[in-house]
Amino acid sequence: MIRFVVRRLLQMLLVVLVLSMLVFAWLRSLPGGPVSAMLGERQTPERRAALEAALGLDQPLPVQYGKFLQRAVQGDFGVSTKVLPGEDALDIFLQRLPATIELSFLAMVLAVALGIPLGYFAARRRGSPADAGAVIFSLVGVAVPVFFTAFLLKYFFAVEWNLLPVSGRQSTGMDATRVTGMFVLDGILTREWDASWDALKHLILPALALSTIPFAVIFRITRASVLDVLDEDYVRTAEAKGLTAKVIRGRHVLRNAMLPVVTTIGLQVGGLLSGAVLTETVFSYRGVGEALATAFREKDYPVLQVLIMAAAAIYVLVNLMVDIAYAIIDPRIRTR
Amino acid sequence: MSPKRTVATWTMAVLTAATLASCADSERNDDNGGGGGDDGTFVFGAAGAPEMFDPFYATDGETFRVTRQMFEGLVGIKPGTAEVVPELATEWTPNDDGTEWTFKLRDDVTFHDGEPFNAEAVCYNFERMFDQNEAGQTAGEYWGYVMGAFSNDAANSLYQGCEATGDYEAKISISGPTSGFPTMLSLEALSMQSPKALEEGDANGIAAEGEGFSFPDYANNPVGTGPFTFGEYDEANGEISLERNDDYWGEKAKSSEIVFRVIPDESTRRQELEAGSINGYDLPNPVDWAGLEDDGNSVEVRDPFNILYLGLNPEANPQLKDLKVRQALYHALNREQLVQTQLPEGAAVATQFMPDTVSGYNTNLQPYSYDPDEAKKLLAEAGAEGMTLNFAYPTEVSRPYMPDPEKIYEALRTDLEAVGIKVNVKTASWNGGYLDNVTAGKYDAYILGWTGDYDSPFNFIGTFFGNLKENDFGTEVMPWGKQLADDLKTADAIVDDAERGAAFEKINQQIMEEYLPGLPISHSPPALVVGPGVEGVIPSPLTAEEFDTVSVGGE
Repeated sequence: MIRFVVRRLLQMLLVVLVLSMLVFAWLRSLPGGPVSAMLGERQTPERRAALEAALGLDQPLPVQYGKFLQRAVQGDFGVSTKVLPGEDALDIFLQRLPATIELSFLAMVLAVALGIPLGYFAARRRGSPADAGAVIFSLVGVAVPVFFTAFLLKYFFAVEWNLLPVSGRQSTGMDATRVTGMFVLDGILTREWDASWDALKHLILPALALSTIPFAVIFRITRASVLDVLDEDYVRTAEAKGLTAKVIRGRHVLRNAMLPVVTTIGLQVGGLLSGAVLTETVFSYRGVGEALATAFREKDYPVLQVLIMAAAAIYVLVNLMVDIAYAIIDPRIRTR
Repeated sequence: MSPKRTVATWTMAVLTAATLASCADSERNDDNGGGGGDDGTFVFGAAGAPEMFDPFYATDGETFRVTRQMFEGLVGIKPGTAEVVPELATEWTPNDDGTEWTFKLRDDVTFHDGEPFNAEAVCYNFERMFDQNEAGQTAGEYWGYVMGAFSNDAANSLYQGCEATGDYEAKISISGPTSGFPTMLSLEALSMQSPKALEEGDANGIAAEGEGFSFPDYANNPVGTGPFTFGEYDEANGEISLERNDDYWGEKAKSSEIVFRVIPDESTRRQELEAGSINGYDLPNPVDWAGLEDDGNSVEVRDPFNILYLGLNPEANPQLKDLKVRQALYHALNREQLVQTQLPEGAAVATQFMPDTVSGYNTNLQPYSYDPDEAKKLLAEAGAEGMTLNFAYPTEVSRPYMPDPEKIYEALRTDLEAVGIKVNVKTASWNGGYLDNVTAGKYDAYILGWTGDYDSPFNFIGTFFGNLKENDFGTEVMPWGKQLADDLKTADAIVDDAERGAAFEKINQQIMEEYLPGLPISHSPPALVVGPGVEGVIPSPLTAEEFDTVSVGGE
């Protein structure tokens, strides 16, 4: 098991290295760049050249990449040009990460807490109107774009009914103490309950919007998987042996049906970041996704590089954790 | 999991949380700081985060909007106009040839850190701005733009020196007279900052690092003289707060606090305003103006201080060298209709490359008529019927002079095609190559514009045509290109206001009647919107609102 984990971690390093090269070249092959973003209408060839020279952007790509790599191994990924000018790009990622973790965590809790039970009950009542209704609901979840869901949620819950805040992470003037950067947790740790509650209220709508796709996917996989298992011989055997329905469902059906669901959850966690870009942008929620969108618009190369590489590393890590979880759920994999 | 193990797990979790909680203490101050009476907080929705807080290195409007509330210059701008008025200097007089300017200073001003504002502080500031390292020279874009050079290239700098001729009298020398001086001292970037704070925060210690600039401590601890002092920048929540300066030399600010909340998404800003969690935001989409007013907000429309033009580049397309062709293009455009259908209320058809509030504007010029027949005739005379034009517009951008580039472009393109011109549609995103392609001369024709920095004709037409080698209109290949550039410089150096104004009026007439290097389209008023109960916003044509007069009532 340990050798397996180590090998996978080494693979991850390789993936990130190759990706860094691709991202580096790709960003610089796009037209425009940070210099345009900084100069705007004031741009002249002369000023452009001066700024490019000052920032080292006039040098050949391999030289630029070499310098980048040299600094990167020392933990220096350059400073932001536009997202938070002058700030270390890696620090920006680390500052934004808690916000995205908090948001993704709540979104996944919602998706799992709704998706698995609903999927299970829909499968048990296959063909009933409730099943059909749940299937349609989940289809809508996948089909409707996140920004539209977000707009509707904001319009009704925030603007029309004034129940929840429109955007941001915490209300103006909350004067909250920051510990971990996860505002809900910070409020609990410092016993600033109002700050925690306020942060939670800010999280609900973005988390709902972000959870729609994972929810729909988890629901459908659970339903399909439970349907498969219900038809298995060992379920029939268990029924024939006279086991109680509770034991059959808990020990035989649900546990066996969970394998594909866990894989799915893992993949969805990995994919959350792409959903977070959209969700965080429309909710002006200052997480990694929002930083990524801003960095792309403003061509902030150092920030883009760090964020894309970090996202890849996270994706690989999550997949590794899924494989470990797999081993725990399914003893056959463990012993192999 | 067995019930026993469940209990154990939960016990562990609770214990861990309790341990964590005991080591994290609330850092709230209970007195709720701020000083003075609590007269409400004005919350403004900003479209982007500020770069940092030293206006000298700043380049974008979102940064200046914040620093403007904390800093003042020697000269100021009368609220609601582009007119120069005394601010930290009470009066200024030039010597006979306009190269030495003596500024009398206010004697009742202190910086936020308690340091006195005097002639020494003024000279310290100018020398600080002048004396920049290599990175600082690139980042100090506005100084380079208006002064031309820094201390390492002093001969080419407009600024030549500063001398404290009294406690409250400073003499600034410049290399030669220009219409921009001393008006340029109203630029936010050239504001007066506390010498002590500049020194202690190593304000000039900027460095190029990797692909960006790393800024010294001072850039996040700004100290000025203005009606608000710096509070804090809560990066995690995207909020900048400023506190009222209760020791301000002038009339104290009406609100005790201003908070700028960063909300990049436009529809979210609108929803935040409707929900009442912000009190205003900038550049509401013109299509929303009526709806916003209906909901009880007030849309404050600024006087337009900008120009949208259709740029032409004869280097890219030699057919454009013929004046008749350029005139034909102009006659083909139905600008009246464009202004009415694509631009907000208050927009106007342009007759020249500057708005009518700028000195040197020529009131005698009439707009080129919309006359497709004349356009076809001129094209025939020039032998350019059915000519092809690579005509470009930018995406992913909205500027005060062009709220929706694509729609404006479509209207112009339709007009050009109606007179038989074959338009090749070119497009690129604003930061993704559009500006590069324009400056590199890759488009025959393009739409672009300019918002004035201050009231100076040279800030408009000097920017466009004053630099013969490097301008977006390719005037270098035109027989009159050099003449125009020289005339602009000569006119700009005239000391007498009336004489200078007349010279620029003449140049404006020549540009429009003899040269026509590009086609001025329109002036468009940008707006800002504030919610119910907000009073005292004075819209500025320079989009340079000062919020000290703003109060948030109706609790």
